[in-house]
Amino acid sequence: MLELALKGGKKYYGWMTLLVVIVGIGFLLYLRQLDFGLGITGLSRDTSWGFYIANFTFLVGVAAGGVMVVLPYYLHDYKAFGKVTILGEFLAIASVLMCLTFILVDLGQPMRAFNVLLYPTLNSVLFWDAVVLNGYLFLNIIIGWNVLEAERNGVHYQPWLKPLIYLSIPWAISIHTVTAYLYCGLPGRGFWMTAILAPRFLSSAFAAGPALLILCCLIIRRVSSFDPGREQIQSLAKIVAYAICINVFFFLCEIFVAFYSQIPEHMDHIKYLFVGLHGHGAYVPWMWASFILMIVGIILTVIPTTRKNEGVLAVACVAIFLGTWIDKGLGMIAGGFTPSPLHEINEYIPSLQEVVIALGVWAMGFLVLTALFKIAVSVKEETRS
Amino acid sequence: MNNKALIVTGVVIFLLIVLFPFWYMRGKAAPPPEVELTPKAKAAQKCVRSTEYMRAEHMQLLDVWRDSVVRESKRIYVNPDGKEFNMSLSNTCLDCHSNKAEFCDRCHNYASVRPYCWSCHIENPKEKT
Amino acid sequence: MDSSRRRILQLLGISALALTTRPVLDAFAKEQQATGADVIIKEGDKVLKARQWAMVIDTRKLHSEAELEPLIEACHTIHNVPKLLNKNHEIKWLWGTHYHNAFPGKAARFIAEEVEQRPFLVLCNHCENPPCVRACPTKATWKRDNDGIVFMDFHRCIGCRFCMAACPFGARSFNYRDPRPFIQETNKKFPTRMKGVVEKCNFCAERLAVGQIPACVEVSKGALAFGDLYDPKSEVRELIRTHFTIRRKQTLGTEPCVYYIV
Repeated sequence: MLELALKGGKKYYGWMTLLVVIVGIGFLLYLRQLDFGLGITGLSRDTSWGFYIANFTFLVGVAAGGVMVVLPYYLHDYKAFGKVTILGEFLAIASVLMCLTFILVDLGQPMRAFNVLLYPTLNSVLFWDAVVLNGYLFLNIIIGWNVLEAERNGVHYQPWLKPLIYLSIPWAISIHTVTAYLYCGLPGRGFWMTAILAPRFLSSAFAAGPALLILCCLIIRRVSSFDPGREQIQSLAKIVAYAICINVFFFLCEIFVAFYSQIPEHMDHIKYLFVGLHGHGAYVPWMWASFILMIVGIILTVIPTTRKNEGVLAVACVAIFLGTWIDKGLGMIAGGFTPSPLHEINEYIPSLQEVVIALGVWAMGFLVLTALFKIAVSVKEETRS
Repeated sequence: MNNKALIVTGVVIFLLIVLFPFWYMRGKAAPPPEVELTPKAKAAQKCVRSTEYMRAEHMQLLDVWRDSVVRESKRIYVNPDGKEFNMSLSNTCLDCHSNKAEFCDRCHNYASVRPYCWSCHIENPKEKT
Repeated sequence: MDSSRRRILQLLGISALALTTRPVLDAFAKEQQATGADVIIKEGDKVLKARQWAMVIDTRKLHSEAELEPLIEACHTIHNVPKLLNKNHEIKWLWGTHYHNAFPGKAARFIAEEVEQRPFLVLCNHCENPPCVRACPTKATWKRDNDGIVFMDFHRCIGCRFCMAACPFGARSFNYRDPRPFIQETNKKFPTRMKGVVEKCNFCAERLAVGQIPACVEVSKGALAFGDLYDPKSEVRELIRTHFTIRRKQTLGTEPCVYYIV
């Protein structure tokens, strides 16, 4: 089926070339990082994780979000989603690939990455994160590929796939839960020390993932003869609406706990992000933008008339995607590290090189995503005709 | 099949690349390097283990030394002759072999291996900077 | 695909696997030889031992940054700790800070002026229940069973910095770039680090192994004491028994082993 990714028009090849160029630029800068060390980023002794890990965290969410089309189809027998499950699975593959690349890019000694497998450490959440992410990647490759191949050949997929499909559903939840556990089990980091962190991550994941999927469906409808379907998009939009509402609700819960209890360790990080602390407030405009984007997203997806207008829905999806990215990407990591354990403020601002390397990783992910979607769409077009 | 020409060219290019070291050297082998011993190493006559063993297995030995010192906090190595050594690359090995360029590097370059021990371990503990 | 071709490919794959296992097994066998029966690997005779090393810092005896300087200097020089000018890339094993930074939860609104001005020496606490060790995915940092030191294997560290996020004391530093050009005077007896690994205070394990106490304690003129926390007769226990001591962020349950007399 891979050959389907090679047959495309001028626009398709133009887009792919653009992505390859961005990947190339990012890779060249990465070589520089490899040579110099992580000092080319804005990271510091106090903020030891930054833009890379932030994007990793966000993309684990997007990957987990793919399950929102798989679950209704296989568990609730919601037939309409049968048409788009493959898109959810392929989105998961591309996202997990980006996640793994972001982790690799963030390592100080990437050549030693295999030490994680050579010396498996069961008490380390990072070990489990590597296990669940790779597991999820393989599950989705096996399931997505075989189901699509069966569809192309006009047969029912192999029966042994069924248990794997069922397994992939809780597995999707697990990847984001384990990722949240990376943060929320650390003593002395008040911002992350909240039992609601995994649920919060999942709620933003189930908003951002399907929002991206809706955007993909709208694009696919424009550039191909395969229509993912109006009902499908509307159902996804309802999922996004619920998830983003829950996400904002969870966030408000955090605000209540921190500010009613008045415990400085918990308040200070939120203050730093939203109003600034001791004169430092680089993230204030970003955090308010994120909050406003999410509120706009709620309004546009909850009200039926705006949700049903696909143009408006697209705007809402972009707003939600950006809003959750700022919230979980920028805010979650920088906010957790500032103020530092010694209550010092040393602001983290990503460096330009760091941002370009991250863009390169995103471009790599979208390259894979486009190729996979191209294959899926070509198969759909083929079987229809 | 009408791809015969393509396949043959492909195979030829593949062979050319794979056999590069052979045709580049025209069948001759590069001469093996001579390692030089410092007067101190010569005077000692015997290394931690026999010369043959050290020549072939020093990397395994160093690996064991490293893990013993760092991970098991055991620092003394007693060789089969009953002689004791402080297991330290910088302070024991390079104390005698204080000529890294003529001793370590020559062979490593010949074998095209690039151990990065010296990114951290200091080359010659006796020399003043 | 016809089945005979598939069969041949399978056979080729299996034989390739079988061929590659041999060198791996050989490598293991050779490592056995290095430790074989006729060779003994042991501790030195002079090694200082304890169930859990601990430190008591009498902050009353250290009045100013200038008085901390020789201690920090001693530590950083013998361990080849670089002096980086960019604050982001800074590496510190032992440093001085204010009371309200060392004890953020314990800073009262009004506090003895003299304490507010006094510098507090901070370093890795070698916790009895260290969160950094829980976090490390490769066992590159672990708690030694023979003396309780939270140790690091710079050979194994992959530079993921999970330990830095896990440490509630900010005790760990990361090599954001090659540290070598920034080491003013190299101690030839101790290795430097390379870029991309985490480092921190090691309670001078290399000195304890040859019967010496940690360098900072040695030059502290009695302001720092070092000893076994579980030996009731040790100097540190004596000080803890006879003085009121506090520890950093005790409520987190990490059981720090550095005690402060205020």
